[in-house]
Amino acid sequence: MRITCPICGTRDRREFYYQGAALALERPAPDASPETWNDYIHLRENPAGLTRDLWQHEGGCGAWVVVTRNTVSHEILATALASEVKKGAAK
Amino acid sequence: MTFSAFRILKEGLTGNTGWKPHWRDPAPKQDYDAIIIGGGGHGLSTAYYLAKNHGLTNIAVLEKGYIGSGNIGRNTTIVRANYFLPGNSEFYSHSLKLWEGLESELNYNVMHSQRGLINLFHSDGQRDAFVRRGNSMINQGDDAILLDRDGVRQHLPYLDFDNTRFPIFGGLLHPRGGTARHDAVAWGYARGADQRGVDLIQNCEVTGIDIVDGKVTGVQTTRGAIKAKKVAIIVAGRSGQVAAMAGMRLPIESHVLQAFVTEGLKPIINHVVSFGMGHFYMSQSDKGGLVFGGDIDFYASYASRGNLPMVEHVMEAGMTLMPMIGKARVLRSWGGIMDMTPDGSPIIDKTGIDGLFIDCGWNYGGFKAVPASGWCMAHLMATGQSHDVAKGFRLDRFLTGRGLMDEEGTGSQHNLH
Repeated sequence: MRITCPICGTRDRREFYYQGAALALERPAPDASPETWNDYIHLRENPAGLTRDLWQHEGGCGAWVVVTRNTVSHEILATALASEVKKGAAK
Repeated sequence: MTFSAFRILKEGLTGNTGWKPHWRDPAPKQDYDAIIIGGGGHGLSTAYYLAKNHGLTNIAVLEKGYIGSGNIGRNTTIVRANYFLPGNSEFYSHSLKLWEGLESELNYNVMHSQRGLINLFHSDGQRDAFVRRGNSMINQGDDAILLDRDGVRQHLPYLDFDNTRFPIFGGLLHPRGGTARHDAVAWGYARGADQRGVDLIQNCEVTGIDIVDGKVTGVQTTRGAIKAKKVAIIVAGRSGQVAAMAGMRLPIESHVLQAFVTEGLKPIINHVVSFGMGHFYMSQSDKGGLVFGGDIDFYASYASRGNLPMVEHVMEAGMTLMPMIGKARVLRSWGGIMDMTPDGSPIIDKTGIDGLFIDCGWNYGGFKAVPASGWCMAHLMATGQSHDVAKGFRLDRFLTGRGLMDEEGTGSQHNLH
């Protein structure tokens, strides 16, 4: 599998660290309910098909990347810098 | 149909024409007392023990493929009870005891071979940790023997003891650990359940779960609607998708775990050997193939096939530990879908929906759990109470933070197990 880093271009999967569902970008407020935090930390959609997850280009530029991919075919459909995605969501 | 020496002799003399299929191929009825979604090892053993221990026989097991087509027919077949934490420890201990009586229980040769399992260590600190683990295994009533370097050498003379990065300091021997024939476990439980009246319905995929006023009433399938007041989800890597049919999200991420087997070789590896520092373990099948594997691929996947970086890593770890296997040729590899929980321990529990039960989260260790998982899940479904040895496998432990069972001590978070 090869992942396109928005900064470095297409690189081997080995250069990336997998964090998990891109849910991590939607961190709840510190005083949110235990249920909200449980949702955020533990519960997952776990889709067979399209998913968005967070990878870090740790063997390269260090950028956090949101990868849109298919969990059944391993096809990578889109990648974007997590910082940009987060900025876009805040608008 | 049962096996006996007399039967084998008789069939041998009459051209083996008397053998019959081991289970029926029934069409689904309109309703059952209980439905088990998933005809894998855990689903079949649950059905078997519901019938055997609790007298519930009006049961259907719904399998979307054929019996034995999932992880139960594709795993590295290791059976052990070397867990450390309360909650896990008593459960796997119970499971191993069931394994030890399984062949006579099922009248089926599951080729359970207690050849001993050796976990290697490579530093003083790791030795201390293994002493502690060994003591907790002994306290549980299971067996553990600490081997020093020479002790390991007597069992496994072919290892690279003086490896620069991971010199072998010793190992923890679990004599009752070993392997079993995975397909036979599925077949034995399937036949036993079928003989007691359980309907095993193959090529029947569940497409919906019917819930009315917070109570389960049945399921929708590719072979029509089926009613039941009790439904159990026992579908391993597909847990997330089936639970979604009931509007639930689970603390589970599905990952691929790969395993490999070489061409058949003469007997050389007499134990199960695990090299934790390299995420590598190996045994030799009775056919002679070296059966080995490593860690999960470490990203969510349903691809049922692995990625090359992990193939490379496993081969490197194997060569580091026992350079002689470099001459063996890998025959095939496969990737199974694992239901990974944040703390690496399983779930056997009720859900928030009346009559809906779930047995999942077996991570990469479900095979050895097959007998006890079925035993405890059947107990829960029949009595409404968790079995004593499975009390720790609660679904809500992630919400409350109480009773997390993080064997590896890495933290209860996805992507760390």
